[in-house]
Order: sequence, then C-alpha cells, then structure tokens
Amino acid sequence: MAPAVQLRSVVALVGRFPALAGIDLDVAEGEVVLLRGPNGAGKTSVLRACAGLLAIVSGEASVLGHDLRRDRRSVRRLVGMLGHAGFLYDDLTADENVRFVAGASEPAGAHGGADARIGPVLARMGLGGRLGDVPVARLSAGQRRRVSIAALVVRRSRLWLLDEPHAGLDAEGRELLDELVREAVGTGATVLFTSHEGDRATALADRTVSMIGGQVQVRTSSPDEPRAAVHVA
Amino acid sequence: MWRDAALVAGKDLRIEARSRVATNQVAPFAVLVLVLFGFALDPDRGILSRASAGLFWVAVLFSALLAVQRSFAIEAVDGGGDGLRLLGLDPAGIFMGKAAAVFVELAALELLLTLGVVVLYGVDLGGAALMVATAAVATLGLAAAGTVYGALSAGLRVRETLLPLLLLPVLAPVLLSATRAWEVALGTSVDDGWRWVQLLGVFAVVYVTFGLVGFGALMEES
Repeated sequence: MAPAVQLRSVVALVGRFPALAGIDLDVAEGEVVLLRGPNGAGKTSVLRACAGLLAIVSGEASVLGHDLRRDRRSVRRLVGMLGHAGFLYDDLTADENVRFVAGASEPAGAHGGADARIGPVLARMGLGGRLGDVPVARLSAGQRRRVSIAALVVRRSRLWLLDEPHAGLDAEGRELLDELVREAVGTGATVLFTSHEGDRATALADRTVSMIGGQVQVRTSSPDEPRAAVHVA
Repeated sequence: MWRDAALVAGKDLRIEARSRVATNQVAPFAVLVLVLFGFALDPDRGILSRASAGLFWVAVLFSALLAVQRSFAIEAVDGGGDGLRLLGLDPAGIFMGKAAAVFVELAALELLLTLGVVVLYGVDLGGAALMVATAAVATLGLAAAGTVYGALSAGLRVRETLLPLLLLPVLAPVLLSATRAWEVALGTSVDDGWRWVQLLGVFAVVYVTFGLVGFGALMEES
C-alpha cells in the first residue's frame, strides 16, 4: 500500500529560514503518527507542507498519491487541518462556519450529504441548539476550538493534520477529540499530529517521530517498543 | 467553478450583512464624500451639478477601496486565508465569488449615491439606459480589478496603505470612462456615451480574464 505521506529530502523555507532541512518521513495509510520536538523543530512546518500551505523548494513529496510540489490543490481537497489558527470567520455562526466548510468539501454534483452531518457533529461537539447560532466571535476559546474540530470532522478528510489539537480544550473535549481521531482512523483516515501533551498524545499515537532542526531525529515503531535511531540530523 | 463562486460570494455577503461594515461604515463614508464635495463647491450649484458625474464616481472609487480591503481583511483573521486555501476550491471560483460580493456591495452603494447626487447636487436623471449600463460594466471592472489587487496585497504587512497606491492608478480608466458616459447620460456633455461603455467593457474583460487565470498564483503568493 502506498504511504499516505512520503517526504524525501524535503526542504521548505519560511522566509529565508529552512523550516524543513531535508526531512525524510513516511506515514502509512491508517497510521496515527505523533511529531515531537522542541519549539522551532519544524513540526508545524511538516503539517503545513503536507497540507500544501508551505511550498517545498526541493526534494520529493507526495500526499495520498499526489505530488505536493505539482498538485497542491488536489492534496488540499483530501486533507483536513486543525492548526493554531481556527480558520473560522468571526461574524459567522458555528453552524454557518461548519456549513461553509461542508459545502466546499462536497464533491461536485453531490447534494446534501455533508449538510446532513452538520447537525449531529455540532451536537456532539456540544454546540447544538442555540449555541450553533451564535457568531463564533462571541464564543469562548474552547468553544471556538470545538467549532474548528466540527469543521474538520464534517470534511471526512483522508489525512488529518492536527497541530496541538488538545490545546484550549477542557478534559471532556480532549476525550472527545481522542475519540474522534480513533473513529476517523477506524474509517481509514491517517493522522499526523503534534503535541506537547505527554501520555495522552503517546497513547493516541501508533508511532512517535522526533524532530529537531527541521529534520527527523529518532523514530519509534510504537510507544511500547524501544526507540531506534533512524536518522540523526 | 460556479459552485465555488456561489459559496464564496454567499459567505462574503453573509459576513457583510452580519458585521454591517458596509452599511454602517462604507455607505456613510461614501455619502460623506458627496457632502464634503458639496461643501467645497457650494454655493455655485451649477458647478456642482455639472461635476456631479465625476464626483459620483470618485466617491464610488474611494468606497470600492474600502470594500476590497474589507473583502480581504476577513480572510486575514484567524488564518482565514489558509483556511480558504485548505478547502481546495477552484481559484477561479474564489475570484468570481469575491468579485461578485464586491460587485453586489458596490451596486447597492451606487443606488444610494445616485439618490445622493439627486438630493445634494440637484441633478436631473436622464438617459437611464446609458447610466445603468455604465454603472454595471464599470462596477464589474472595479470589482474584478479590486479583487485582483486585493489578493496581490493581501499577504503584505503594509496592505492597508499599499492597496490604494496600487489600485487607484489602475482604476483611473474606469473613473475617466464612467464619468464621461454619465456626463452624456446626465446631459452635461454631447459626446458618444456608449463609446465609453465599450472602453469600460474592455477594462472589465481584461481584469475578469486576468483574475480567472491568475488568481490561483496570487493566492499562493499572498
């Protein structure tokens, strides 16, 4: 089976700074991979590159079979991202924000499939009823995070890219997010995420990849297996 | 493309309706410009009446700057620009949607300003067909060019000051042609007004084409 993510000697610049400095990374389909590393290690840059938001200047990169350097739009249609920013419009309600994402994510010619998912997803995120009709500018940070997660869920993406997904959520929200990740993986999705959460993140992941200086440092096969050095920067 | 355009236009117009920036800030600003022109040129009401076409389009031009800035400001909050890119929409559809939303806002504003020149400047409306055709084609050009340059400046830290600097010279042909056509429609000139509408049409076609073809690249660079 082709890997969901395959990066080979990938270099990506943020300004003139090489945020990714020749990184190699493989993520198999259906796998949940945790990216670990200190601030500035390049974790977010990996996610942004995989989402087609950060241009790759050299190396080879493919996501879900699409060349990231040549066909970023096709990649974007297949991935969902939860970033530090919520990608929400302040003046739209939770329902309208999610509805916009759902509408944009539906294949051409499909009608209403995503719409039908919106209500249940919002309710599950604790945003049902009148809360769904409140402009997100008036919601708390945690509630806004839940709207972003709801938007991610209705997309039914094949690759979930989660940057500090537990940040801003209460205990129940964190549990719910873990549940949603497991459900997505159960339907065949692949998950690549960063987290500074200790045990919770490790427990969620099939494998941990450590990064430093824009490169992969150490990779482990599973949380229980001994760490094996694969590539040291 | 059309589905994506409708989606983006609907989203932008809903945000404007909800935030009321267009009704509470842009429209009062445009009317204020007309009033200030009135103060500057009063008490000679004849000059005001004769210059009304140009004053109208200058007010529309300034308001178009605000509308375009607003159209891209909403994408600058909470990673909206990245969010829009992540959806994988057709860039041509995004261009059409954003331009359509600006078009609708400007068209509504022009109705208000037309009422303004009638009341404030004592203009007698005539040549309705020429006026409407001019307004439609000029507004299309303003919206298309504004959306192109809005995207160009969207990613820059100095976008608020750079956009007028880039856009106003580009829109000069619209100001000139629309003013000449309206002067004919309002009876203050005996030129061939439809010739100016044709020029506006060429401008609109150029910028709509440029936007459809190049908006994807502009979005990636912003």
